[in-house]
Amino acid sequence: MRRILVQSLFALTVLAGAQPVRADTDGIEIIIKNHRFEPAEVRVPADKKIKLIVKNQDSTPEEFESHDLNREKIIAGNSQATILVGPLQPGEYSFFGEFNEATAQGKLVVGDASEENPS
Amino acid sequence: MISFALIVFREALEVALILGVLVAATKGVQNRASWIWAGVGLGLFGSAVVALSTERIARAVEGFGQEVFNAAVLLTAAVLITSTLIWMKRHSRELCARLREIGGEVSCGRRHHSVLALAVALSVLREGSEVVLLGHGMLAGGTMFIDVLLGSALGLGLGLLVGAGIYYGLLKAATRHIFSVTSFLLVLLSAGMVQQAVGFLSAADIVPSGIYPLWDTSWILSERSYLGQTLHVLIGYTARPSLMQIVSYVLTVLLVVVLLRRFAPSSSKPAMPKMSRPVTA
Repeated sequence: MRRILVQSLFALTVLAGAQPVRADTDGIEIIIKNHRFEPAEVRVPADKKIKLIVKNQDSTPEEFESHDLNREKIIAGNSQATILVGPLQPGEYSFFGEFNEATAQGKLVVGDASEENPS
Repeated sequence: MISFALIVFREALEVALILGVLVAATKGVQNRASWIWAGVGLGLFGSAVVALSTERIARAVEGFGQEVFNAAVLLTAAVLITSTLIWMKRHSRELCARLREIGGEVSCGRRHHSVLALAVALSVLREGSEVVLLGHGMLAGGTMFIDVLLGSALGLGLGLLVGAGIYYGLLKAATRHIFSVTSFLLVLLSAGMVQQAVGFLSAADIVPSGIYPLWDTSWILSERSYLGQTLHVLIGYTARPSLMQIVSYVLTVLLVVVLLRRFAPSSSKPAMPKMSRPVTA
């Protein structure tokens, strides 16, 4: 019975078809320092896959978490992690550091491609 | 220290919710307590191992090892919990009969105990490793050992309290229907785990997310609230799910229900306590 369950899950994965399209664009860097995101506001274009490279320069680990983006990822101290998001509708998507919620707050501002203004 | 305790509590809460239901569901299983504690011990040990391997896991699978690892743990836990559920269901009539008969500890199948212990261990593993990693990082960052210790103790203690509350609450509220109520909860819990696993696989770009978000109920109930988090753990509540998450959730519920019907027909002949326990070493 366990086999059936596992096989079904596997079949589901295969049926859905792996999607090898990785974001080819260079990643957008976000630095974590003193339990804050820098920049705390990141502008990205809509309807595109976005690659965030989050570098944790603190010695303590942080968990990048966003319910808006459905992402959570631990980033050990003094290391970095890649987080893929999108394609996204225009709007604001907040994220935070779960281990330092008081200070580690940020948001992704997704705008129309035309008004894209990378800083 | 207090903020650390709060984080530990949040993680412990997730584990406590799962274990509370799982422990209530296996009421009546012989030597249950020792197997569950063995599972907790194994889970804590595994947490330390995982925490120490964080960077190695993170680098695997082109930098998406953590997502794949989380998905694997969640899927395995879902399979083990479902398996435990089927096992309980098979013995439930027998269990109930004996419960009434002896009115206390009862015995039934033994071979499945290790699966229960493993399910417990995996439930502890994910959140446990986060706590270990954070505690370790704080120590490395110069936080006093006593603060980390007190924070962990406080957070874990509170979590344990909630777990005990769930356990006794379930037993009290559903004494007569404890198996049906916990079965129902465990089906949704497993489906929630599968759905979360699919979310992780989408984050790693291994499984497409389909339409995202399929809907958005964050304005009604945020996952950041304690209620939202509780429902997230118990029934897989996600404020902004993807199409694939919902599809996997529904399919899992259907699959588990079919498996339960197939392998544990509730309309089977009443089990004779003597006959249903053949010689098992």
